[in-house]
Amino acid sequence: MQVEQFKNLIDSKLGVGTVLSIDENTTPTAIVVAANQIAPVCQVLKDHPETLFDLLSCLTAIDNGPEANTMEVIYNLYSIPLEHALTLKVFIPRDQVEIETVSHLWKTADWHEREAYDLFGIKFMNHPDLRRILMPADWEGHPMRKDYVEPETYRGMKTIREEDDPI
Amino acid sequence: MSQEIEYKYRPENLNESAPNVHTEANLSREEMVINIGPQHPSTHGVLRLEVVTDGEIVVNVVPHLGYLHRCFEKHAESVSMNGVIPFVDRMDYVGAMNSEHAYAMGVERMLGIQDKIPKRVEYIRVLVAELNRIASHFVAIGTYGLDIGAFTPFLWVMRDREHILRLLEWVSGARMLYNYIWIGGLYYDLPVGFEEKCAEFISYLKPKLKELDEVLMNNKIFIERTANVGVIPRNLAINYGVTGPILRGSGLRLDYRKVDGYSVYPELDFDVPIGSGAMGQTGDCWDRTWVRVEEVNQSVKIIEQCLTKLTGDHKRTREFDPRELVPKKIRPKAQDLYVRAENPKGELGYYFRVDGRSDVAVRCKARGCSFSNLSILPAISKGHMIADLIAIVGSLDFVMGEVDR
Repeated sequence: MQVEQFKNLIDSKLGVGTVLSIDENTTPTAIVVAANQIAPVCQVLKDHPETLFDLLSCLTAIDNGPEANTMEVIYNLYSIPLEHALTLKVFIPRDQVEIETVSHLWKTADWHEREAYDLFGIKFMNHPDLRRILMPADWEGHPMRKDYVEPETYRGMKTIREEDDPI
Repeated sequence: MSQEIEYKYRPENLNESAPNVHTEANLSREEMVINIGPQHPSTHGVLRLEVVTDGEIVVNVVPHLGYLHRCFEKHAESVSMNGVIPFVDRMDYVGAMNSEHAYAMGVERMLGIQDKIPKRVEYIRVLVAELNRIASHFVAIGTYGLDIGAFTPFLWVMRDREHILRLLEWVSGARMLYNYIWIGGLYYDLPVGFEEKCAEFISYLKPKLKELDEVLMNNKIFIERTANVGVIPRNLAINYGVTGPILRGSGLRLDYRKVDGYSVYPELDFDVPIGSGAMGQTGDCWDRTWVRVEEVNQSVKIIEQCLTKLTGDHKRTREFDPRELVPKKIRPKAQDLYVRAENPKGELGYYFRVDGRSDVAVRCKARGCSFSNLSILPAISKGHMIADLIAIVGSLDFVMGEVDR
């Protein structure tokens, strides 16, 4: 299926305006979806017999920085039976980083979303178990954000090595 | 000059940084929490398992990760793209060549030079990647045997793996973390005489694989310990994003070397083994291990074909320069790209975003195969004995360096 067909399918199922645009500059080609519609869109793409995206390969979050004031969540989908791939992109405002979870559709999203929450602070609503996964539970801040400032100490240990420090 | 590290010790530090999910309050009678790891040998690295048990039956497992988190993605945002390759090595440190291959492939696609890479370079890449795949599977099979009480196969595969590591050391100068496959080419051509030594190794290895098959895979104790244990149904595996030998063990013939046909894999003849439930149910621990053993045989087949090509059609010449296409300045056009490849453990993917203004990626997310493969552990180990939990953990064959990145 071509990206236009994916767009038409989603628009016909969920109403025109669900797909905001097509991003040809991404490989595999991406469609940008309205942030509040991500869970229904994924449901359609997973279950529809012409799409059958049964594998969520990767879930990426990107912080565009305070100037652009947006964050992105990117879903790489792959259909094993039909052998086609698609990228979904969602833009969310930086001052309210909330998005619906897709972990009820693909269980693999569970840990990927936890990682995105841990490193970017994106809150996945209705996620069953949204805890930090890589950083310690009492770490302050979300390290992959562009405006992240590393705390100087963690439990009294210096986090930044000084040049003259022999260790 | 050295200062005392002022670590503020309080007894509750540990519990605050990685608290247990289960507390006494939400356990029922007869249940108790057992902590396995992070320094337990059967967890293959630094994985901590919080196990809720009822007698000897596992009620729930909660994996705690992050003990080996080294900020790969943060590094990839501050180091130029060719400088990231050593960091890539350190993710899956027993299959570093494969990770490098996938990474180099991604950047080459962004630069648009993927079709210009000389065939000899591609064959050398596949050759070293498959050698490394054998080494990685040997670690998986050997330590798995060790986990469940078979000591001899571990010593045998480690002996054979040593030959591979020495070959790769001869090629690149390092035993495990190579930095050999570069963007656009290779560090060096193969050393003179490598092809002959490698062929010699392959003829040495073939009878050893038969031995391994007899002593481990058809061993009655091993079969009884692994058959019907930790069965992963195919749909569950896909839902959890499990790929690689585990998914193939569950009976799905999905191999990106065949599906995507990247590098020179379409020119090579090899099979994709899948589990069939020969000793129990499809997708049990035995099937997964069998798939790995069988993949070693297939890799041997690939290596033989590569060696034929490297001494025939694409043989060493005085003019051949593996660095010919290595770009002086890496500056891909602004774009996003997801690249994936078949690693020894499954689908390794990189999501790149470059802005076209510098040689440092804006974002480079690594989708580690071990990360997704490990996430299925709680779903398949409920109701098993604790001893079987160890067998399941071993059969998933994850490397914590790639889980935590």
